[in-house]
Amino acid sequence: MRLKETVKKTRWVVYVVIFIVLLFVPRFLSIFNLMLFEYGLAFAIVGLGFNLLLGYTGLLSFGHGAYFAVGAYTVGMIAKYLPEAYRLEILIPAALLFSLILSIIFGFLCVRHTKIFFSILALSLSMLLYALLFKLYHITGGSDGLRIPLPAVFGFSFKGIRRPEFLSGTYYYFLLIMFAISFIVMKGIVNSPFGKALQAIRDNEVRAELIGIRVRRYRLYAFIISGMFVGLGGALWTFVNGHVTADLSHWVFSGEIVYMTLLGGFGIFEGPIVGAILFTYLKLYAMGNTQYWMFVIGATLIVLVMLLPNGVAGAIVSLLGKLKRRKTEETAC
Amino acid sequence: MWVVYTLNGLYFAALLFLTSLGLNIILGVMGILNLAHGSLYAIGAFMAAWVIIQILTKVPVFFLYVSLLSGLVLAGIVGFLMEKSLIRAMYKRTLEYQLLLTFGALLLLEDVIKMIWGGQALYASAPFDLLGNVDIFGHVYPIYFLFVMLITFLAGLFVWFFMGRTKVGIMLRAISLDREMATGLGLDIGRLSTFAFVLGSGLAGLAGALVVPTTPALLGIGMEPLIFAFIVVVVGGLGSLKGALVGALLVGFTRSFGIAILPEIELPLLFLIAGIILVVKPQGLFGR
Repeated sequence: MRLKETVKKTRWVVYVVIFIVLLFVPRFLSIFNLMLFEYGLAFAIVGLGFNLLLGYTGLLSFGHGAYFAVGAYTVGMIAKYLPEAYRLEILIPAALLFSLILSIIFGFLCVRHTKIFFSILALSLSMLLYALLFKLYHITGGSDGLRIPLPAVFGFSFKGIRRPEFLSGTYYYFLLIMFAISFIVMKGIVNSPFGKALQAIRDNEVRAELIGIRVRRYRLYAFIISGMFVGLGGALWTFVNGHVTADLSHWVFSGEIVYMTLLGGFGIFEGPIVGAILFTYLKLYAMGNTQYWMFVIGATLIVLVMLLPNGVAGAIVSLLGKLKRRKTEETAC
Repeated sequence: MWVVYTLNGLYFAALLFLTSLGLNIILGVMGILNLAHGSLYAIGAFMAAWVIIQILTKVPVFFLYVSLLSGLVLAGIVGFLMEKSLIRAMYKRTLEYQLLLTFGALLLLEDVIKMIWGGQALYASAPFDLLGNVDIFGHVYPIYFLFVMLITFLAGLFVWFFMGRTKVGIMLRAISLDREMATGLGLDIGRLSTFAFVLGSGLAGLAGALVVPTTPALLGIGMEPLIFAFIVVVVGGLGSLKGALVGALLVGFTRSFGIAILPEIELPLLFLIAGIILVVKPQGLFGR
């Protein structure tokens, strides 16, 4: 028991140290790398949300791009139609609200199924949103998408400031704080009785039902929470990207979300964060060096599935475990 | 115009049926949802277009139509290699890995197509143009569409006969009904799975080849049919051949009449119908 507590304590110390290091990141990264890192942070929030469904509830959605797109389009639409409300403190709750609404509707349909059926259904529904965003040209901008201007923050306007300056200053800290909040909230959810119930459902659905867990309802809750996290990630991502298109809701984009979660390892809480940041760099590196970047990404994915099923973080953890065991063996001798 | 809409609906349904039949056979026998199915469709389309362009002026017209089979053959070969190298290792893995592997294969194959045939569109409309039009109740209709329906009908008949009457087909159905029992009876699951995968891939390739005289082969050509095939599978029920037929007809007609009446919301309409069916009957029309 005491050992467990100390492990927990050191873990939180590590988190705090990492957070403090992250506070100083803008000082020593170039603006290009900082932007990449911000993409990674936004995707890390997405990964956290997505992993609640995949890693903790055992449902694989191939349609989470839809909630990402809803978060992103909330920002884009408010910029276009309600410019006076284009303030960060309004945009973020609005994005959360709309992703909440959409994930309730889609989730209601999806959680009636599990396994492959769930995946196909989530995928098809996200393609419905894609079709709407793509076809309703005069409202959503169709394939041209929407431009994202810089938002005002608590009454302070950023007019006349260029995007890189905005991104390396205020916005980075805002993003980092949002990430930290998401991290703590998700950690709380995962360790709460609710989170444990989800894991029970994942491990054995029948048993969970027998001890009185309302399986379908809990799945729906997990779906909604995960949809909201992804929506938040989507909204935060738009300011870095400066532009949204319907492709965000395409299922290939959802596939990329699944990919980064697997890359980091979905068995571990921190895995998707590692995966999101790695994936951002991997994709950019592949795109910058070859026109066949999809080939590189696809081949990496196949190798990953074959050789590193627990992702990068999983591999590190098992390596650390092995080292520790060897050490204890040595001291035992 | 209703005649034309009905025929168009049948035409959409025919192509969809071929694609979703292949998807459904693989899903039923192997329990694996092949996300790269659309890429096999695309391979069929590119191969057929390429062959037609190569032989266009050199052979009698009849062979242009035979050459459409090249799509089926190449997609079958790619399917065979894919099953042997990648899918094989996935039978005992969980759903996440199976789906992600086929997703990886999808990304890979899209770029392989780009490497082989380049990024440009391939135009091969000769088989379509050469057949001309026919007059049906006062409406001009391309004969090629009727040809596609005929081929699909023959292919469907073949699969129906094969699955229902031949020994291999019965074995495949046994596997999809109860995998453990089939293993217990001594069926060679590995070989039969390869066979099912090749058959499914070939059907996707055939659908791609058939569509290529009407629209140019472009990168990403397989994405849309794949989504429609998913809807068909969801509506018709997992692994059900009858479901694939009924689902394809439903989706085909909805699309054709949707495009005619409300072109803007043709796709949402389709999802609405699929959604209603799923709320009423969650396992699909013919699902188990």
